[in-house]
Amino acid sequence: MKSLAELQAIKNKMKDKVVLREGSGDVRVVVGMATCGIAAGARPVLNAFVEEVNASGLNQKVTVSQTGCVGLCQYEPIVEIYEAGKEKVTYVKMTPEKAKTVVEKHLKNGEIVSEFTPANV
Amino acid sequence: MKEISLNILDIAENSVKAGAPLTEIYVDETGDELILTIKDNGCGMDEETVKAVTDPFYTTRKTRKVGLGIPLLKLACEQTGGSLTITSSTDEKDHGTTVKAVFLKNHIDFTPLGDVTSSIVTLIQGHPTVDFLFRHITDRGEVELDTRELRSVLEDVPLDTYEVIVWIRDNLNEQYEVIK
Repeated sequence: MKSLAELQAIKNKMKDKVVLREGSGDVRVVVGMATCGIAAGARPVLNAFVEEVNASGLNQKVTVSQTGCVGLCQYEPIVEIYEAGKEKVTYVKMTPEKAKTVVEKHLKNGEIVSEFTPANV
Repeated sequence: MKEISLNILDIAENSVKAGAPLTEIYVDETGDELILTIKDNGCGMDEETVKAVTDPFYTTRKTRKVGLGIPLLKLACEQTGGSLTITSSTDEKDHGTTVKAVFLKNHIDFTPLGDVTSSIVTLIQGHPTVDFLFRHITDRGEVELDTRELRSVLEDVPLDTYEVIVWIRDNLNEQYEVIK
């Protein structure tokens, strides 16, 4: 069983990293988690981003967060990517598989995945 | 909503938006009913608002004129022959809201509970600065998680740290494994 002792070990390991984390967040991945998003499948999309960002070692640079209704309920699950100095990119009708692609192409290599943007869906 | 766990995620978000430092989520599955209770100590609602929230055309948000969270939960429980009750108080000393949904598990229109671990993890990941108490009681035993307990161990390490999120998910899954 995952014990509190293990949690304590995580804390000891992370303590030094906390300072680093606070300065990060150059890139923000925001997933719409209102009723419309949740009903359309935003929960696994969010979890896929959390998993993939960490698996790709991007967690110092990228933060994954949640927001309410973006106002385009028919295009949910919607994911917005904010990067300092760049225009916001919106991805619509997302799935966990598409999230993987976005992490790989957009977050890692800086290529916008245009086939998931509203103009092409 | 395909699973009750998605309703849980959706309704608990309301508690967080109401500024609740603590949101308690109880699922009691003993016997023929599934009783879901979401209780918070947020700002609470006045009597008029409590009446209005089951109306799909009532919402506090500005982006759209519909609010479907509570109506969808109401539909999900009532279609099994169950019921939804909301009690709320804006009293200075004892404010907050409790949403209670009763489902009849043997009804053909009962939606499965689904991946409740995933909902709890998502809530904590999205709102690492507030607390959640989750307790799921079944005939085979109990699953419980209290972020206040975790926070006291973690001190200033945030709850949305990836390693902590993984620990929470594994801890819940292991607890479920025991009562399977």
